[in-house]
Amino acid sequence: MSEQADKLELTPDSFKRVGANDTDAQEKISAPSLTFFQDAIRRLKQNKAAIISFWLLAIIILISIVSIWWTPSDPNAQHVAYANLPPKIGNGIPGFTGQANVGGQLVDKYAQANVPKGTYYILGTDYLGRDLFSRLMKGIALSLLIGMLATLFDLMIGVPYGIISGWRGGHTDTIMQRIIEIISSIPNLVVVILMLLLFTPGLGSIVVAMGITGWITMARLIRAETLTLKTQEYVLAARTIGESPFKIATKHLIPNLSSTIIIQTMFSIPTAIFFEAFLSFIGIGIPAPNASLGTLLSDGQKTFRFLPYQMWYPAAAISIIMIAFNLLADGLRDAFDPKTNN
Amino acid sequence: MSATNSDRPRKKLVQVQHLKQYFNPGKPNEVKAIDDISFDIYEGETFGLVGESGSGKSTTGRSIIRLYNPTSGKILFDGQDISRIKHRDMLEFRREMQMIFQDPYASLNPRMKVKDIIAEGLDVHHLVKNDQERDARVNELLNLVGLSRDHATRYPHEFSGGQRQRIGIARALAVQPRFIIADEPISALDVSIQAQVVNLLREIQQEQNLTYLFIAHDLSMVKYISDRIAVMHNGRLMELAAADEVYNHPLHPYTKSLLSAVPRPDPMYERSRHRTDYDDSIEFDNHPRTLQEIVPGHFVFAAADELADYQATAEKYLHEASALGKSPLNA
Repeated sequence: MSEQADKLELTPDSFKRVGANDTDAQEKISAPSLTFFQDAIRRLKQNKAAIISFWLLAIIILISIVSIWWTPSDPNAQHVAYANLPPKIGNGIPGFTGQANVGGQLVDKYAQANVPKGTYYILGTDYLGRDLFSRLMKGIALSLLIGMLATLFDLMIGVPYGIISGWRGGHTDTIMQRIIEIISSIPNLVVVILMLLLFTPGLGSIVVAMGITGWITMARLIRAETLTLKTQEYVLAARTIGESPFKIATKHLIPNLSSTIIIQTMFSIPTAIFFEAFLSFIGIGIPAPNASLGTLLSDGQKTFRFLPYQMWYPAAAISIIMIAFNLLADGLRDAFDPKTNN
Repeated sequence: MSATNSDRPRKKLVQVQHLKQYFNPGKPNEVKAIDDISFDIYEGETFGLVGESGSGKSTTGRSIIRLYNPTSGKILFDGQDISRIKHRDMLEFRREMQMIFQDPYASLNPRMKVKDIIAEGLDVHHLVKNDQERDARVNELLNLVGLSRDHATRYPHEFSGGQRQRIGIARALAVQPRFIIADEPISALDVSIQAQVVNLLREIQQEQNLTYLFIAHDLSMVKYISDRIAVMHNGRLMELAAADEVYNHPLHPYTKSLLSAVPRPDPMYERSRHRTDYDDSIEFDNHPRTLQEIVPGHFVFAAADELADYQATAEKYLHEASALGKSPLNA
C-alpha cells in the first residue's frame, strides 16, 4: 500500500473538474421550450382515434362550408317526376347503380322515370324528387351551425357566470347556484315548446331555447374549477401585487380554465346537434323545406322499409359526427389533463 | 441584537394589535385561527414566526397583507391602519408590501412565461414605460436572484423548486417593496437548496434595507435568519424574544418542547435526545393570560401567578451565563 502511495503523487493539478464550471451553465435548461398547448398537442397526436376524428370533422366542416356556395343541385328544387330515385353513380358501384328491388326483380328506376342520360343522384332523391346529397350537405351545415351557436351561448353565459359565482363566493354564489338549480329543473323540451309559443319555429328559437338551458353544465364546471384556482398561490400572489379582479380572471383564471372550456365545448356541440335532430324529428324543429339532419331522418324513416337509403345516409352522417366529436373531446381531455387518464 | 432594541427606539414598521381572525364566526364550524395576538416589527429587522402546522402562522401573514379581513383588532403599516386604506390608496399599499409563497410549484401561473410573471407587478403599477424597459428590468431582477436572462422566455414547469422559488422572490422584489412576508419560503425545498434561498433573502435584505416577516416551522433556520422570534401555538403568541434568547433561554414550556424536537447532526446527542412533550391543558385553567415581559425584550404568554416561576427560570439562565463568563444577551 505505502509503496503505491509513494509512487502516486496527488496534487490539486492532477484533478480535473467534470461538469459545469460556472453557475450560468448549471442553471441552463437544454430542453426545448414547449408551451402548455404545444405539449397538449404533442400528447393528442399520440391518440390515433382522436386524430382520425379530427380529420373526419375537418372534412365534414369543409363540406358544410362548401355547401354555403355550391351544392350539386338546388336542395329545395322539386322534380316530382324524379321522386324516390335510388342512389346512382355512373360507373356501376354496387349500391349506386340506380336499380331498385321491386317485387323480387331489379328495376332501373332511372330508365323508368326517363331521367336523361348523364344525370345522376349520388344519394338518390326523396319523395319530392329533391337531390338527397345536396340536402345532406345543407343539413350537416345547418346542424353544425346550430351546434356552434348553442356552444357560443355556453361560452358567453356559462364561463362568466361560473367565474363570477366561484370567485365572489358567499351570498352571491349561493344565489347564483339557486338560480342555476331552478333553470336546470325545467326540462329542455318544455322550454323549447314554450319558445315556440313566442317565436316561429326555426333556427332562432331552437338556438335560444338551447342557449337558455345549455350553459348550466359549463357554468357548474367553471365554478368548481374557479373555487380550486382562487386558493392557488399564484392567484393570491396576483392579489397581493394589486391586480384587479377582472385582470385576474383574464390573465390567471381563463388560461388555466381553458382545458375545461375546450373539452366542455367539444362535448356540448354534439349534444346540441343531437337535440336539434330530435326536435326536427318530432316535428318542432327546422321547418320545411329547409334540410337538417333531423328533418332528413324524419322524412327517411317514413319510407325506411322500401327506400332504406333515404334514412341510411343521414343516419350515418349524424353518427359519424357524434362519434367523432366525442372521441376528439375524449382525446383532448386526456391531452390537456394527463392526470384524469385512468 | 436585542441590545440595540432597548438602546434606541427603532421605527415600528408593522404593528399588530389584538388581531383576531376567525373563520365562519358564530357558526358551528367556527375556527379561531388567530386569537388576540399583538406584536411589532421594526424597520430593517427580520421577524421570525414559528409554530406547528395549524398554529395560525400563515393566517397571520395573510391578514397582514390583507388577503383576509380581520375579525377584530388592528394592523398598522407605517402608522396607517390597513383595514381603512381607501380603494385608490390600496395600490400603493400593495406595492410596499409583498409576499413570498410556500409552494414554489403552486405560486407561479403555469400558463405564463417567467418574464410575464416577474413583470406582473411592473405592469400593474406602471413602473415601466415600454417593452425595452420592461425587459431590462426583468433581466436585472433575474440577475439579482441568480438566474440568467435566457430563463425569461421559459415556462415555470421547466424549473426546479429552488429556481422557481427564486422566480417568486424576483416577482416580489419587482415592485420594490419595503416589507416582505416570507410564508414558509423554504419548507418545500431540499435542504441543500434551502440555504441558497435563505442566503439570497439575506443578501437582498442587506442591499435593499428590507424588513421581513419570516414564517417557518424549522426553528434552526428561523434562528439563522431572524433578529427576533415569536413562537405561535393555537392562534396565540407563546413567547417573543430576540432569536438567541428564544433559542438558548426558552421560558415557555411550549418553546422548550419545540426546541427539544430540533434534530442535530450529532449521533451521540441524537441517541440520548430527550423530547419534552408539551401538554397544552395548562392553557385551559381559566386563568387570564397575556404576553408578559419577563426580562427586557423577552415576552411570555403567562398568567399573573406564573410570573414568579418564569422570572426564576430567567434568573437561573442569567447565573449560568455569568458562570460561563458571558453576557446572556450576546450568547
